[in-house]
Order: sequence, then structure tokens, then C-alpha cells
Amino acid sequence: MRLAAMFLAAGSLLAAGAAQAQTPAAPLAVKIGVLNDQSGLYADLGGPGSVWAAKKAVADFLATPAGKNLKVDVVFADHQNKADVGTAIARQWFDVDGVDVILDVPNSGVALAVNQVAKEKNKVFINSGAAASDLTGKACTPNTVHWTYDTWALANGTGKAITKNGGDTWFFITADYAFGHALERDTAAVVAANGGKVVGQVRVPLNNADFSSFLLQAQSSKAKIIGLANAGGDTINSIKQAAEYGIVEGGQKLAGLLIFLSDVNSLGLKTAQGLTLTEAWYWDMTDENRAFAKEFAAANRGVHPTMVHAGVYAGTLHYLKAVAALGADKDGAAVVAEMKKLPTDDKLFGKGEIRADGRQIHPMFLFEVKKPSESKYPYDYYTLKATIPANEAFRPLSESECPLVKKS
Amino acid sequence: MSTTSSPAALAGGPASTGGVLRLVGAAIALALLIAAPLAIYPVFLMKVLCFALFACAFNLLLGYVGLLSFGHAMFFGGAAYICAHAVKNWGLTPELGILAGVAFAALLGLVAGLLAIRRLGIYFAMVTLALAQMFFFFCLQARFTGGEDGLQGVPRRAVFGLIDITKDLNLYYVVLAIFVIGFAIIYRTIHSPFGQVLKAIRENEPRAISLGYRVNQYKLLAFVLSAALAGLAGATKAIVFQLASLTDVAWQMSGEVILMTLVGGMGTVLGPVVGAGIIVTMQNYLAGFGEWVLVIQGVIFVVVVSLFRRGLVGEVIALFSRQKPGAPAGH
Repeated sequence: MRLAAMFLAAGSLLAAGAAQAQTPAAPLAVKIGVLNDQSGLYADLGGPGSVWAAKKAVADFLATPAGKNLKVDVVFADHQNKADVGTAIARQWFDVDGVDVILDVPNSGVALAVNQVAKEKNKVFINSGAAASDLTGKACTPNTVHWTYDTWALANGTGKAITKNGGDTWFFITADYAFGHALERDTAAVVAANGGKVVGQVRVPLNNADFSSFLLQAQSSKAKIIGLANAGGDTINSIKQAAEYGIVEGGQKLAGLLIFLSDVNSLGLKTAQGLTLTEAWYWDMTDENRAFAKEFAAANRGVHPTMVHAGVYAGTLHYLKAVAALGADKDGAAVVAEMKKLPTDDKLFGKGEIRADGRQIHPMFLFEVKKPSESKYPYDYYTLKATIPANEAFRPLSESECPLVKKS
Repeated sequence: MSTTSSPAALAGGPASTGGVLRLVGAAIALALLIAAPLAIYPVFLMKVLCFALFACAFNLLLGYVGLLSFGHAMFFGGAAYICAHAVKNWGLTPELGILAGVAFAALLGLVAGLLAIRRLGIYFAMVTLALAQMFFFFCLQARFTGGEDGLQGVPRRAVFGLIDITKDLNLYYVVLAIFVIGFAIIYRTIHSPFGQVLKAIRENEPRAISLGYRVNQYKLLAFVLSAALAGLAGATKAIVFQLASLTDVAWQMSGEVILMTLVGGMGTVLGPVVGAGIIVTMQNYLAGFGEWVLVIQGVIFVVVVSLFRRGLVGEVIALFSRQKPGAPAGH
């Protein structure tokens, strides 16, 4: 009797096991964390818009057949531009909350810190917002993809295209710290390589309020191009004061080396007109971009997307493709390897690839900011001046300091 | 808080009931801290402990000497840089790196203190702020700090070659030990004759001078001690987060530690710990609210300043001493 009961129990267990094996696999849960500046300096170029872009990419991917077996959550947090807050959130997301991938992360300091954490925990980090070319240089990891732009691409794009278009004498206004020096050095090298000449430069302390003496030096140098090797508030201030001095009306051109659509919007066209800059993506270039921008604007109080938002969208989409192809998301390095294997293809950046060093490759564009009279509708800000083809836009692998490249 | 009873309690002499209560309270708090990582994420707890120590060090100066330093970030961040650099590039073990950071902060404190203590009140605050800003720009420009990228990827080597701190839980107990040591130093300082003199200076400096105390030497020593302990907190933080960045030396950090101390209650032993806990918790757990974090932080500050003038812990102490007539008034 007892023996029979035992057999019965064992039999029913087996049956239960078999039944479980036959039920379709539970959907693969993916958790995406958007970590960026929600309130400060970089909130306009990334911020809540990046969260929207990630959610939009998720919705678009789940609507395709490949997405039917995925269950995707999007969370977000504000790193307040502090590396310690950023890493604390990243660690907690990876350790406790089960986040598989972190996106966006503007501010190079925070991005480099999160880069380390993602490698340590073997998760995925897809950067769109930060400029540091070290992310795919000497700090590169098998867990990081850098999507939208970097300082090398901006310096190269702006320096090369302007010099080739006749802007062959340059004067730099440089923020006096490592970042400004690097930007100036990289751009000056590109200018020289393309037959241009740097006639002078001036170093300005960080967070300077009064650019008048530096702008007068730039004006009297008679250089055709005044390169602004600075960022954030310094760029805004120098452009504003250059407008007050009538530098652009005087025939000289300003070249912003790190400036975004959101900056142009807050400056206004009257101040920013004539400024030359490089971007990876502009909303008013193709019908697909315009459709994306329209939806974005409807959800974000009329604000139009920057290239960082577009990069978050494309990065999320490509990540989900790789996860769906792999059928797993816990091994971050494997997912990134799959992302590098699959060619990238989305409606915003078109076809491209992710190189061994984690750099996503696409064309860059040189724009000039329109005059107020030329702007026909909201956010109609740029005229396309030149396209930098994908194979020239980013630092060639042969110059890379990335250990992943040397090994292969 | 009756300050006279506690040295006796610490020395093992005939303890008053207050002393016994305090010892029991300390034991319970320590037990809670030891058990805490089982329930709460250890990295978060370590951050709270680092900032609590920082705020306590700051409070030593503001609460007990009455000197409002607006430049404590330079000691906190300076030690973080030195510690991170020593561990990352010179290959030192974490404990030596932390000591190097503390030594640097003490030295910096000596220089800054010599200049700053000649002035009082708002001038003292401005001198410290100016020195801290100079130090900030030095860190921004210096090659070894990595500019705005900061020092990243500081390795977590074994402490004393024995304790593996790559596991967050092990590191937590190391940080807890450092915190307890730092806190004990502060507690002992406050309740020593030296601390009594400091309080005398705070209450009435001319009278302290007339009693024959060399006020400036006392102030300088307190300043260096506060700087060194702030450095201890900063260096520990560099090990925990494996990075040192400009955030640590920026003036906002000096502001944040003032906020923590005021919210918790300046001039109380536990106030800064509570204040640090509240502010760090808000920064961490409200991060999901995005841009609202700063608004909420501001509202809490306004509420505390206008409703709890003594800070949260200060109000609690005042409440208890009001209920017990005859007990010495809390300070």
C-alpha cells in the first residue's frame, strides 16, 4: 500500500515535470535603465526625452515579430552629474533591481565611472550622451557601446569640413582644463592636416562670465574661424557675447565644438546665427526623422529631439534585437558581442555597424545655424553644409588605444 | 545632554544613569549597524557612513567651536584624490591609501587653518570658501586628477593583505570600523577638557582669552582635527566608489555637508549622522523622481530651518530635557 502510494507520488511528479516542460517558455524579462541628468546642465539634451526615446524604442520593437517573447521594463534615474551618485545607482540597479542595460549617461566623468561598473558586473552600457572618446579608447570594455558622438568625431568633423570649405585660418577660445585642451589639440591637428592654419589661441578659466577681452583678441587676430573649445555655460556665454560684439556680422565665423540643438534653441537664432557645428543626427533631414520628431514633440511639450535622444532610441532598439537573437540577456559581454556581430539598422541612423572597440559608426553632418529670417517653423534651425561619410567620421581603429582592438 | 557625566562613564567610573543609558544606546546602535546590510543595500549604507563621518567632522568645527567653514570639500575631496591616486597608481593597499589621504587633509587643514582662524564669522567662511575654490581649480587643472573625468577604477585591494573587500559586505564592515573609530575620536574630543575649552571659545571667546587660554591654538587644532576626519571620510569614499571626482571638491559639497549638519542638528553628537542619513537617502531613493530631488531637498531644508531650529536631533533632545525638569539643558 505504502509502496503503491510512493509510486503514485513519483509518477505524478514526473507527469507534473513533463507538463511544465511542455508549456511555452516564459517571456524573457529585460530591464532597461536610463541614467542621465534630469534636472541640470544636460537635462535638455538628454533628460526625460531620453526616457521617452527608450520607451518608444521598446514599444516599436515589441510590435515586431521578433519582440513577441520579450517583456521589457524601463526605469530611469537622475545622476545629478555626480559620479558617485551615478555609480551608486548603477550598482544598485545591477545588484538589487535586476537592470540589464544602462543607457544615455551624459557627463564624461559619470559615463567613465558607469563604464567600470558595467564591466565589473558584466552588464551592458550603451552610451549616447557623453562625449569622452576614451569610452572607446583606452577605457573601452567588452560591455560598452558608444552610440551617438564623441569628441574625436566633433573635432574632426568641424575642423575638417570647415577647413575644406575655405575656413583655413583659426583662432581658438579654449576652456582652460584638460577637456578644453584636448578639444583644441584634436581640432588644431585636423585643421593643420587639411591645409589650414591656427593663428592663435587663448585659454579662458572654466565658468568664466566675461569673454570680452578674449573675443577682442579673436577679432583682432583676423582669423576666419573662431573655434570654441569649451562646453556648457561657457559655450553659451561666449556665443552670446560674440553676438553682442557683432563678430559674425564682421565676417568671422564661430565654430562650436560641443553644442547641441537644445543649446541653439535656448540661445535663439538671433544670437546663434552663423554658428557652425557638427551633429550626428538632425530631426529635419528625412521623413522618418520628422515623424519621430513629431511624436517626440507631442509627448515633450513641443521640444524637438536632439541627436542624443535619437542615439538612445537606436541604441535601445539594437540592444533588444541582439537580446532577441540571443534569447538571453544576463551575460552582458555576450549581448554586446551579439550587438557587434549584427549590423545596425534603424529608421533614424540607417545602416551601420558597431566596431570591435564598441564605437557605433554612422555619418556625421556639418550644419550652419540659420538666420532668423530663414527659419520657417519651430526648430527649423540648421542648414546642412557637408556630410562626413561614416568611414571618415570616427577615429580609425588603427589609431585606437583600445586593448580590445590590439588583441584581435 | 549632560556633558559632565560622560567622561566618567567612559573612564569606567561611577556612571550616572544617563551614562549607562548612553552606553546601552550605543551598543544597540552598533548592533543595528552590524545587522543593517542584511536588510539594506551595503553600498548605500557605506555611502551614508562616509557622509555621516564627514558631517560629524564638520560639526566638530561648527557645532563645538562655532566656526562655519564653507570649504570642507577641499579636505574631503583632496583626501579622496590622494587616496585614489595612491592606491591606483602607486599600488598602495587601501589602508595606507586612506592614511595618505588623511595625512594630506591634515596638512591642508593646517595651512588653511593658519590663514582662516585669524578671522571670525562670515569672513572665516569666505576665507575657507576662497581656499576651497583655489583647491578646486587646482584639481581641475592638475594632471593626476584627470580633470572633469576624475580618477576612475580604483582597485579594491585586500585590506592589510587579509580582508577581501571586492565583496561589498566585507567592505561594509571595514567602512563601519573606520566610521566607529572616527566617531569615537570625535566623541572623545567633544567630551574631553579640550572639548570643554572649545565650547568655552564658542560661547564667549574674549572670556576664554581672559582665562588664559591660547584661543588660536585651540581653534587651529580643532580645525586640523576636523580636516583630517573629513579627509578620512573622503578617502574611505574613494575606496568604496572606486573613484574620486570633482564633485568631491566642488563648493556644492561644502554646502551639502552644512545642510546635513543643520537638518540633523548642529552641536549634537548624533545630529550630523541623522542629517547625513536623511540627505543621502533622499539623493538615492528619490533619484527616480528625476528633477524633483532638488525641489524636495529644498523644501525639507526650509521646513527644518523654519520649524526645527535646533535640527531634528536637537529638537528631540530639547523635548526630553523639557519633560525632565531639573535635568541639565541640552547642548
